[in-house]
Amino acid sequence: MATVTMRVFRGDAGGGSFKDYRVEADEGMVVLDVIHRLQATQANDLACRWNCKAGKCGSCSAEVNGKPRLMCMTRMNLFREGEIISVAPIRAFPIIRDLVTNVAYNYEKAKAIPPLRLKPPEADGTYRMMQEDIDRIQEFHKCIECFLCQDVCHVIRDHEAHKKAFAGPRFFIKLAGLEMHPLDAADRTPFVRREAGIGLCNITKCCTEVCPEHIHITDNGIIPLKERMADSFDPIVRLLRRFRGMRKDGA
Amino acid sequence: MAGDDYESHEHDVLVIGAGGAGLRAAIEAAAQGVSVGLVCKSLLGKAHTVMAEGGIAAALGNVWPEDNWQVHFRDTMRGGKMLNNWRMAQLHAQEAPERVLELERWGALFDRTKDGRILQRDFGGHRYARLAHVGDRTGLEMIRTLQYHGIHQGIDVYMECKIERLLKDGERVCGAFGYWRETGKFVLFKAKAIVLATGGIGKAWKITSNSWEYTGDGHALALWAGADLIDMEFVQFHPTGMVWPPSVRGILVTEGVRGDGGTLRNKNGERFMFNYIPEFFKGETADNEAEADRWYEDKRNNRRTPDLLPRDEVARAINTEVKAGRGSPHGGAFLDICTRRPADYIRKRLPSMYHQFKELADVDITKEPMEVGPTCHYVMGGVRVDADSAAATVPGLFAAGEVAGGMHGANRLGGNSLSDLLVFGRRAGLSAALYAKNRGGQLTVDQGQVEAVAREVIAPFDRAHGENPYALQAELQETMQTLVGIIRTESELREALGKIERLKARAVRVGVDGNRQYNPGWHTALDLKSLLTVAECCATAALERTESRGGHTRDDHPYTDDQWGKVNVVQRLEGADLRLRREALPEMPAELKALFQERK
Ligand SMILES: Cc1cc2nc3c(=O)[nH]c(=O)nc-3n(C[C@H](O)[C@H](O)[C@H](O)COP(=O)(O)OP(=O)(O)OC[C@H]3O[C@@H](n4cnc5c(N)ncnc54)[C@H](O)[C@@H]3O)c2cc1C
Ligand code: SF4
Ligand code: SF4
Ligand code: FES
Repeated sequence: MATVTMRVFRGDAGGGSFKDYRVEADEGMVVLDVIHRLQATQANDLACRWNCKAGKCGSCSAEVNGKPRLMCMTRMNLFREGEIISVAPIRAFPIIRDLVTNVAYNYEKAKAIPPLRLKPPEADGTYRMMQEDIDRIQEFHKCIECFLCQDVCHVIRDHEAHKKAFAGPRFFIKLAGLEMHPLDAADRTPFVRREAGIGLCNITKCCTEVCPEHIHITDNGIIPLKERMADSFDPIVRLLRRFRGMRKDGA
Repeated sequence: MAGDDYESHEHDVLVIGAGGAGLRAAIEAAAQGVSVGLVCKSLLGKAHTVMAEGGIAAALGNVWPEDNWQVHFRDTMRGGKMLNNWRMAQLHAQEAPERVLELERWGALFDRTKDGRILQRDFGGHRYARLAHVGDRTGLEMIRTLQYHGIHQGIDVYMECKIERLLKDGERVCGAFGYWRETGKFVLFKAKAIVLATGGIGKAWKITSNSWEYTGDGHALALWAGADLIDMEFVQFHPTGMVWPPSVRGILVTEGVRGDGGTLRNKNGERFMFNYIPEFFKGETADNEAEADRWYEDKRNNRRTPDLLPRDEVARAINTEVKAGRGSPHGGAFLDICTRRPADYIRKRLPSMYHQFKELADVDITKEPMEVGPTCHYVMGGVRVDADSAAATVPGLFAAGEVAGGMHGANRLGGNSLSDLLVFGRRAGLSAALYAKNRGGQLTVDQGQVEAVAREVIAPFDRAHGENPYALQAELQETMQTLVGIIRTESELREALGKIERLKARAVRVGVDGNRQYNPGWHTALDLKSLLTVAECCATAALERTESRGGHTRDDHPYTDDQWGKVNVVQRLEGADLRLRREALPEMPAELKALFQERK
């Protein structure tokens, strides 16, 4: 057992500041455990989100020593002895209180995405999909909606004006997953270009770096989507795609 | 009123809870053309359902064509020690395949068989490989599919909003009252019909796989509104939770590990489950290691490995091994898949288990065994409902998912919850919409009821130096863990009830700091009321049932008693008093009974 110093942001939309707490950390603890101990013993009203405590729900996103992370998957033994550990809310979204931010932006973007449009079934009335045709989309479906990628993307983080016309990496892989879905018949090309604003992404790969699910957001999602956009401008490629039976796997 | 105004919304159907059951209910209700509101305590997509790992049980017959609803029904009833509501078990087994295929049509991508159909995996108590899955993150696939389908159905979603109390107009429910977590401001929902889909009660125990949300709110809301609860003594302790390090104790290790070939061992390396095969399952369980191992590949000629006995059996076995001094270093059992399956296979089939152990326990499960022990996981008991309509005993109130009782009897089989959410979520949404359409007249809300709740909700702020809500919650968890755990006795249950009574008295004195804006201390204080209520229901019912069955084991009544096999324990509030009755199980029709006569 060791005593650590946690420097936690306390405040709301009206302002706030970091506050230092000295607290015991036991073997194996993660940052979220220490935050919970703070709540139970020193700061009953310290606001944070969490649910699963196992990296599965994507609720506990925060910036730990400046790095966007899941608090429940950040072990305390990652830090040097005596190191002050700062915990702040993710920066790209408006603060509600302490470590909790307003992530409504993401739910609005989600809602705007044209949903799956189901192809007609096969002759026997069923649908079949081969594992190799869905491997890549299954990777996108691992997304736990922690919005850490949205947090680090400079388009969202630094340009308030862009937010309106930019879906962000989380929703690029959502779109890629739909576009590559073997059962989907919709064409989201105009949406991806206009409403989702994929052109604003300049492939810095910051999103891929922070993804706790290790989804290859840029290489497997954004770049193929961008290529698809380029294709759709080219009538020959478009025709070829049609001849290839509208294969949607983009690979 | 209590210092402030409140906003108000009106819907035909209000669904409380946005896990699998609530989302499916809301989608179905919206499809009937009524206006639907969906309320949840967390953000959308973060409910417990997201954490489900192993799979959805449905007799699709893709891997074993022999499988069908009758076999699934029979497995479910036997797993539940025949205490299940037979009609629910029947509907569940019959409708689960269609509900899974429907998810696929809404975009879900399950792992595939070689011929492009949905792959199914083995799980405890299921005769055939039956669980549709996506690696070990099936719940994530399910909730995302429902969530993204649901947001286009015109449902109004109220996130981070907690319902404190249901409101009644005479006998019927007419609304719900709660607060926004973000601001602490009050909100009133008027509704013609209400679907409860709030999940479980596992936060009442110390070692649990359940999150802060599982404070039994829906169970308590129903009880306070005059509804019946049944089977509250039956709590499932999942045999395999993490045990080390202490901070992760209780986090779930999916049964899929055993389904995919993992085996339990004690500290001597012995596969001890062979010593714990109960008479009831002898006919269908392998009694030697060679047969058990062959079973994974050839189910026709071999019997199932005892590693995959129903959860109550496995949890008790681990408990006994540890007590006998044969446990692992940190008081669990070893779960070994590394010596039995190749590393690649393990990483492909169980990616999140691999990740979870590596990150949280410094254990590489492709090289070392895991240490596991029982963790509180699921409550079989819940709101008493009509099987076909999911209607509770209070008019206008419906319940589905973990908050509803009856479907799983004394013990739930793995994978049968996710399918339950879909089957009965849909039925509840449908029935609630029909009820709302037929309900005439204006919705009238009694201001008195609303104001009484409002006063109670903000009272903790007037007691700045009151009891610490976190400390009270911890005391309750300790009490339930030690006195109302896997193995129970009369004296300990009585002791628990005494403690709960004292905690209730202290709970009205809790105080909180700060203001109403996103204040977890306050939220914890408010959740205590439902947590204490369900703890009391559970301990009271456990005291009543003087036998051992499924998720209820009495050291002082170690045997299963046929008389008890014919009754449910039913609880209801009369005035302020919790009343308990024994009621006969509904009688299973002869053609279903016949399914249990056949061999195996
Ligand atoms: C780690 C883990 C793994 C599991 N794996 C499997 C598996 O592989 N297969 C399987 O079949 N089952 C599994 N289960 C069980 C299964 O996941 C749950 O039983 C199921 O998801 C419960 O779903 P639900 O819709 O009833 O409730 P939940 O998904 O828990 O949703 C409850 C909802 O109610 C809301 N709520 C609660 N109280 C209130 C209130 N007062 N006001 C407003 N909203 C409220 C919550 O915010 C939430 O939205 C697992 C469970 C756990 C914990
Ligand atoms: S790669 Fe694109 S989406 Fe990802 S962080 Fe960079 S700019 Fe944003
Ligand atoms: S893509 Fe990765 S970082 Fe982005 S929200 Fe999903 S899980 Fe989080
Ligand atoms: S609490 Fe679920 S991801 Fe951290």
